[in-house]
Amino acid sequence: MDQHLLSLVLFTPLAGLVVLLLIPGRHKDLIRVWANLVGFVGFLISLPLVSRFDRAAPGYQMMERGSWIPSLGVQYLLGIDGISLLLIMLTTLVGFLAILSSWTAIQDRVKEYYAMFLLLQTGMLGVFMALDFFLFYVFWELVLVPMYFIIGVWGGPRKLYAAIKFFLYTLAGSVLMLLGILTLYFEYAKQFGTYTFEISQLMRLDMPLGMQEWVFWAFFLGFAIKVPMFPFHTWLPDAHVEAPTAGSVILASVLLKMGTYGFIRFSLPLLPKASVDQTIVQALAVLSIIGILYGALVSLMQADWKKLVAYSSVSHLGFCTLGIFALNPNGLAGSVLQQINHGISTGMLFLIIGIIYERRHTREISEYGGLAHVMPKYAVVFAIAMLSSAGLPLLNGFVGEFTILQGAFERSHVWAAFSVGGVILGAAYLLWLYQRTMLGQVTNGKNLGLADLSTREMAVFLPLIAWAIWIGVYPKPYFEILEKPVAQIVERVRPGYFQAQAARAHPAPLRVAGGGGAQ
Amino acid sequence: MNAFYTSTDHFVLIPAIMLALFGCAVLLFDFWVFPDPKQRKYLVLFVVLGEVFTGFGLWRQQAYLAANGLSQLQAFQGALTVDGFSIFFNWIFVTATLIVAIVSYKYLEIAGEHHGEYYGLLLFAQAGMFFLATGTDLITLFIGLELMALSFYVMVGFLRTEKRSNEAAMKYLLLGAFSSGFLVYGFSVMYGISGSTRLTDIAAAVAGRDAWDPVVFLAMVTTSVGLLFKISAVPFHMWAPDAYEGAPTTVTAYLSVASKAASFAFLLRIFLGPLAPARVSWEWLMSAVAIATMTVGNLAAINQTNLKRLLAYSSISHAGYMLLGLIAGNATGIKGVAVYVLVYTFMNLGAFLVVVALRRKGIIGEDLDDIAGLIHKSPGYAVLMLIFLLSLAGIPPTAGFLGKYYIFLSLIETRHYVLAVIATLYVAVAIYYYFRIVRAIFIRDVTEKEPLATSFGLRVALGVSGVLTLAIGIYPEPFLRLAQTSLMR
Repeated sequence: MDQHLLSLVLFTPLAGLVVLLLIPGRHKDLIRVWANLVGFVGFLISLPLVSRFDRAAPGYQMMERGSWIPSLGVQYLLGIDGISLLLIMLTTLVGFLAILSSWTAIQDRVKEYYAMFLLLQTGMLGVFMALDFFLFYVFWELVLVPMYFIIGVWGGPRKLYAAIKFFLYTLAGSVLMLLGILTLYFEYAKQFGTYTFEISQLMRLDMPLGMQEWVFWAFFLGFAIKVPMFPFHTWLPDAHVEAPTAGSVILASVLLKMGTYGFIRFSLPLLPKASVDQTIVQALAVLSIIGILYGALVSLMQADWKKLVAYSSVSHLGFCTLGIFALNPNGLAGSVLQQINHGISTGMLFLIIGIIYERRHTREISEYGGLAHVMPKYAVVFAIAMLSSAGLPLLNGFVGEFTILQGAFERSHVWAAFSVGGVILGAAYLLWLYQRTMLGQVTNGKNLGLADLSTREMAVFLPLIAWAIWIGVYPKPYFEILEKPVAQIVERVRPGYFQAQAARAHPAPLRVAGGGGAQ
Repeated sequence: MNAFYTSTDHFVLIPAIMLALFGCAVLLFDFWVFPDPKQRKYLVLFVVLGEVFTGFGLWRQQAYLAANGLSQLQAFQGALTVDGFSIFFNWIFVTATLIVAIVSYKYLEIAGEHHGEYYGLLLFAQAGMFFLATGTDLITLFIGLELMALSFYVMVGFLRTEKRSNEAAMKYLLLGAFSSGFLVYGFSVMYGISGSTRLTDIAAAVAGRDAWDPVVFLAMVTTSVGLLFKISAVPFHMWAPDAYEGAPTTVTAYLSVASKAASFAFLLRIFLGPLAPARVSWEWLMSAVAIATMTVGNLAAINQTNLKRLLAYSSISHAGYMLLGLIAGNATGIKGVAVYVLVYTFMNLGAFLVVVALRRKGIIGEDLDDIAGLIHKSPGYAVLMLIFLLSLAGIPPTAGFLGKYYIFLSLIETRHYVLAVIATLYVAVAIYYYFRIVRAIFIRDVTEKEPLATSFGLRVALGVSGVLTLAIGIYPEPFLRLAQTSLMR
């Protein structure tokens, strides 16, 4: 069982889905209970991953290897490192909470709803576990279908448009990425004589810069659309605004991370020459910074609560990609941590919107005001989520953003200077949102009778709040988990980086020519 | 001098003989044994039995080749060649004919045109397909083509009282005859070049000439016109949407799958045989045709509201993808065409079978509105249709992805990057119109309360297609090995 732990985590939702399909659709409560149970068990089963994970070990852990399509060189190959471990834990927790949050919100076609969530869960986990590019691609695409239905069936008024837009955008990107994958696959066969999709094998490839650049751009389209980076972000506000609450939560918390994860796991290690190419790095940094500032500015302008948070995702994910392309340990570690942070805080923000929407059926900010008087618990939770998103010290967002900025600063002062603007604007639109909705007097009579958070709703928030505080107060374990994989990636794209750093920190004594050499 | 008819000839011909015999038997039994229209559905059993014998013949050929380590077996002085290629395609024809036969009786009963000839025509058409996949002689190939086409002309117009069906048959017949003329003209030029009708002789003669030799070019262009018409490639696709729409849906399914597979077998035989030496002269032409086919097929499908027309345009675009495998032309590409034809058979048949079930008493059931809310009425059918549509679009883990995978890979291997990018982007276009159907099924409300017209045969056929579409996608290894055999030539 131990060596199949990843498979177990991966297929628990799918197994739950099979049983779910056997429950007749009229037993709505039974379906809800079962889906929540599967979500909870899925989370519990993933906990041993943390305890079994060896922080000191380099490379992938808990590998599982099975033959799948031998004639294509495709394997069933799973494995995790620190980066995927964190994202998997985020997925199992947020996936469960998203299911839990849907108890009363979804009354229609309950069975299909939970079925889609469980399928989605397996797809997302597979993306973070797969170490075979073919397997990865299968899971990557598998995610699209349930998300399409979640937006398209249970979404808002413009759900059809939003759902197909989401699907088309991401699909267009990912089929081009497929061409990039096939190019690597073919080049590998040319150089080594065998066909394989295994990531660690493909890393042995020695490709000229020109070809790496082409493949990089193919990957870029796949990943950047998913992140989404400016200017490919236009599907995001539509999808977020129209999706049901739990759909938005999953979309923001986990789905977007598939893009950044793709950059870290595939673009950088597989295409090291292209990833340090000045033009490419500059282009990606510029797009990230535009994303940070543009997302924040557009957020300031929004009259719709959910749209505001959606655009804030563009801004926050801009930090994540900026951190990646700083290409130093701080930038990368900060980026991964910020992905988790964004998952926690934006997940909470979408849940908060969902709760008020369930009660009032509007998301116009102007409809609200002074809610803190009516819903004190709600206001506290919102405050924590908002501050965590805005990057207040002692909460998680601060640690991530700070580390990214540090990494960006090491790389280029200009980058850091521009992106700090995003932090300021972020605080502005979030605090202003809080002020307009929560503070002051209750101006709208309809808001007077609103019920505060129920126990179930509190139960959804508590783990996230606890996690946010934990990362904010004591982020050390996270950086420890991330240290090895991040160092490996940096060493891969910038060979000799750590040596040079060490040399700068402790100037080496004069070396005798020919003797000793590098340590 | 060889004996006119040897036992090898017989051995090679056995599947076609079986098809013809059972086809005739159907016609005889139709009016001798089953004069009562209600009993006509038993004729399906004759088709099944005929396919069992045909399949047995194929299986023996396959076993014989394997046992003797032969890559091919020639008969009738090289007019017929049994090899992995022909056996692979013939299995596809057997499966497709079986599936179509067992779903047809209910449909034809509802349409009020249940006649025994239908089953005979199915078998005769398949006999034609046998010669298209097995023939290596221009005359044999042409006769096979006409046998198949004539059967289809009749079947497309099988709904005698419906204007649409008659119109479709007429259009198909006229354009088909026209294109056959081109084809025969091309054949005559090839004969002129080589003085022989054997494909190998022609290949040798073409190889002896310059690739841009005007006579070879003339033969290539005229032959292409005929072949491209059969696979409904642009600009010779005009007949397809009308014929698909007007024909009985079961025939549409058969036409779109088996006829297309046979025509592709034919096309590969010609282009990888006699015309292979002149590759430089047709590669650009075929590239242009493939791009045009994908463009027209995909873009025209977007606005269709009739399911059969939509699927017709989609099947045009699939022909474009298959052509790409030929353009790449390496081992991966040819294997890609074989895999593509295989998966296309099941997914496209499956999609049409769901449309077959929409035809109910007094309801034509071909519009997007007719399928609306299917998930509430028949969840099983709805989910199956989703699988077929995802597969048609090429989304993993369904079979369709595998077909596209090989095509894309072969394009990359042969450095046709532009074609590869165009082909992949059209996947995104395709998802749009396939998901119009998905949207209707899963998101819109029921507009028509009448339950679907199902039958035992339809359920079996749908089950088989659905399971295979998923199985080939999830565990493709055995199927890929099967396709590998089609390369051994």
